[in-house]
Amino acid sequence: MESQLPAEFVVNVDYEKCRRCKRCVMNCSFSAIEFKDKVTPNHRQCVACHRCATFCPESAITITENPLAYRYGYNWTPEIRKNILKQAESGGIILTGMGNPKPYPIYWDHMLIDACQVTNPSIDPLREPMELRTYLGAKPECLEFNSDSSLKTELAPQVKIDIPVVFAAMSYGAISLNAHKALAMAAKRMGTLMNTGEGGLHEDLAGYTDNIIVQVASGRFGVTSKYLNNSAIVEIKIGQGAKPGIGGHLPGEKVGEDISKTRMIPVGTDALSPAPHHDIYSIEDLSQLIYAIKEATDYKKPVSVKIAAVHNVAAIASGIVRAGADIVVIDGFRGGTGAAPMIIRDHVGIPVELALAAVDDRLRQEGIRNRASILVGGSIRQSADVVKAIALGADACIIGTASLIAMGCRVCQKCYTGNCAWGIATQKPELVRRLNPEVGADRLCNLLSAWGHEIQEVLGSLGINAIESLRGSRERLRGVGLGQETLDILGIKHAGIGQ
Amino acid sequence: MRIDAKGIHYRPLNKIIRIAAASGEKEFELDNVGGQRYIGTGLNDSIKITINGTPGNDLGAFMNGPKIIVNANAQDGIANTMNAGEIIVHGSVGDIIGYGMRGGKLYIKGDAGYRVGIHMKEYKKQVPIIIAGGTAGDFFGEYMAGGIMILLGLNGKSPLVGDYVGTGMHGGVIYIRGKVDPYHLGKEVSCLELGEEDMKLLGSYLKEYCEHFGFDFNEVVGGKFTKLVPLSHRPYGNLYVY
Repeated sequence: MESQLPAEFVVNVDYEKCRRCKRCVMNCSFSAIEFKDKVTPNHRQCVACHRCATFCPESAITITENPLAYRYGYNWTPEIRKNILKQAESGGIILTGMGNPKPYPIYWDHMLIDACQVTNPSIDPLREPMELRTYLGAKPECLEFNSDSSLKTELAPQVKIDIPVVFAAMSYGAISLNAHKALAMAAKRMGTLMNTGEGGLHEDLAGYTDNIIVQVASGRFGVTSKYLNNSAIVEIKIGQGAKPGIGGHLPGEKVGEDISKTRMIPVGTDALSPAPHHDIYSIEDLSQLIYAIKEATDYKKPVSVKIAAVHNVAAIASGIVRAGADIVVIDGFRGGTGAAPMIIRDHVGIPVELALAAVDDRLRQEGIRNRASILVGGSIRQSADVVKAIALGADACIIGTASLIAMGCRVCQKCYTGNCAWGIATQKPELVRRLNPEVGADRLCNLLSAWGHEIQEVLGSLGINAIESLRGSRERLRGVGLGQETLDILGIKHAGIGQ
Repeated sequence: MRIDAKGIHYRPLNKIIRIAAASGEKEFELDNVGGQRYIGTGLNDSIKITINGTPGNDLGAFMNGPKIIVNANAQDGIANTMNAGEIIVHGSVGDIIGYGMRGGKLYIKGDAGYRVGIHMKEYKKQVPIIIAGGTAGDFFGEYMAGGIMILLGLNGKSPLVGDYVGTGMHGGVIYIRGKVDPYHLGKEVSCLELGEEDMKLLGSYLKEYCEHFGFDFNEVVGGKFTKLVPLSHRPYGNLYVY
């Protein structure tokens, strides 16, 4: 049966302005624009990725939502009705990409940061040194010194990052090699880290050892002893904010020659990551894998464990730290993905703000907060979110979607189609080459530099000169429009309450 | 190099092996091994390790080259994500053997536990192989993506293999010496008769296997085998709508 679904968007071409250069036709990777004597939109294919509108030299194209009205229903929203039509047509699970778009509360936007006035002076970051550097890894309970004042305590491996923002795990397969290269180059230049995700490490990135987190996920794709050692940090992926508790399927058509080599699987086969690691059914099993990795890397790399923020996250994080992890990564339910069932992305997990506060509290109560660094992600959108996360107790943040937007992503949520018009979430050579890794890296560096300056401004206004002085300093945050229970979980006071 | 492992924690024990292997030592004999984990883990050198005693979990994890001989039973997680090398166990083994194994050989004289060969995979010339002489538990070859698994049932125990054999299997091949009732099988596998090619393949591996453990090759290969292969390389390809 012909699809009953009307177009989501309408492509409007201003034929007065159009010079018929066909640039839009060449740029559209979703077959939404053809040339039949004139530029002719196929509205139903349009995903609002803005590629055509951006590259039209005459600004002759605009994209609008299809004004086709559904009869009003607060309960039966147009989206719900469209999903039912799709499923009635196909019988399939609805797949989607990027992060949760639903209007759940965003707690970052209900927290405000303190500043100094009169009684304690603020600091001018333009004139005075302002430290954004931090170190990831387990910290000792105390330090002991020898008689010649050299350090007696054996320190766990530490990884220095010059800005408390790390690129989130996105696999080669989910995103293109050019996107991976841009992330690696930017990480190196900015003194931070990129994360391979679970797709293995392409040989072109072998030179970025000190700026790469390599991931070990349930599919163990491309994981060898060489891969583990070619890294700054090894990360065990248990969960992802966008799809807690489920695995990943990279469809066979995306497994070309190069991806096959990196993942070490035959060309054209599905890369299936089972939902759990089938060798990890308990904290003890997790500990076994953590120490297997430490043995394989001679105890020289911090081992990180990434989990999705779920109801019992604090107890789980405590177990992870006790299992021997040096870093815990908590990914909130608004985190992005290359592909996830919509039901999981939109309805499973909890906000990272609450998860972070709960985990930091729990680890402090148990006296083990020093034993692991905490990284948080799941929709860190701006430097203000980074500042608030660190004040809540994080060591640093991870950014995925924000880094993709910096490289051109328009958040059209079609990552899983492999047709990304911006050369990011695609493996088609003609699309991949649209993303110049050098340009991508420059834009990522610009973004991080800008955020760095902004964070320094806020630190100055707070009257402190190091990001590490802010960590866990919840007294410097106030809530607005939050109920008492939420304030208690976040461990902050309501705005208007003084000290 | 001969090491008395009695009472040594795995960390110093494995460090001794790592350092000696890096400086060119080729042969290790470990006596009185009693549960030390991670022996051979992450080693890339072509060395030989003989273990007298029962090694602990994750024997040969991420291993890439060495040959390990265990003169006793072994525990869980052997050959976890192993890339190349050989492990020969003169006894039975525990659970989750060969998880994500991508290359090399794992020969077991006796029984294997649950979840053997989960997500075993192959890549070009790297075709991992697991042979167990006895029986195996549930989830044999779950999510299997490549490689070869052979289960012989030589000790006559029953059932030969547990439930959910090859659930989610999308590559590789399983040979079981004997009959497997359909209710033991996962939904994603099909049962086939063996052809000439299969017998050739079985012959070459089983010959080597029998030599290690002193089994009669003709008797082993003369049994009636069942061949299991995935129904599809993309078992979940039609699950989604965009």
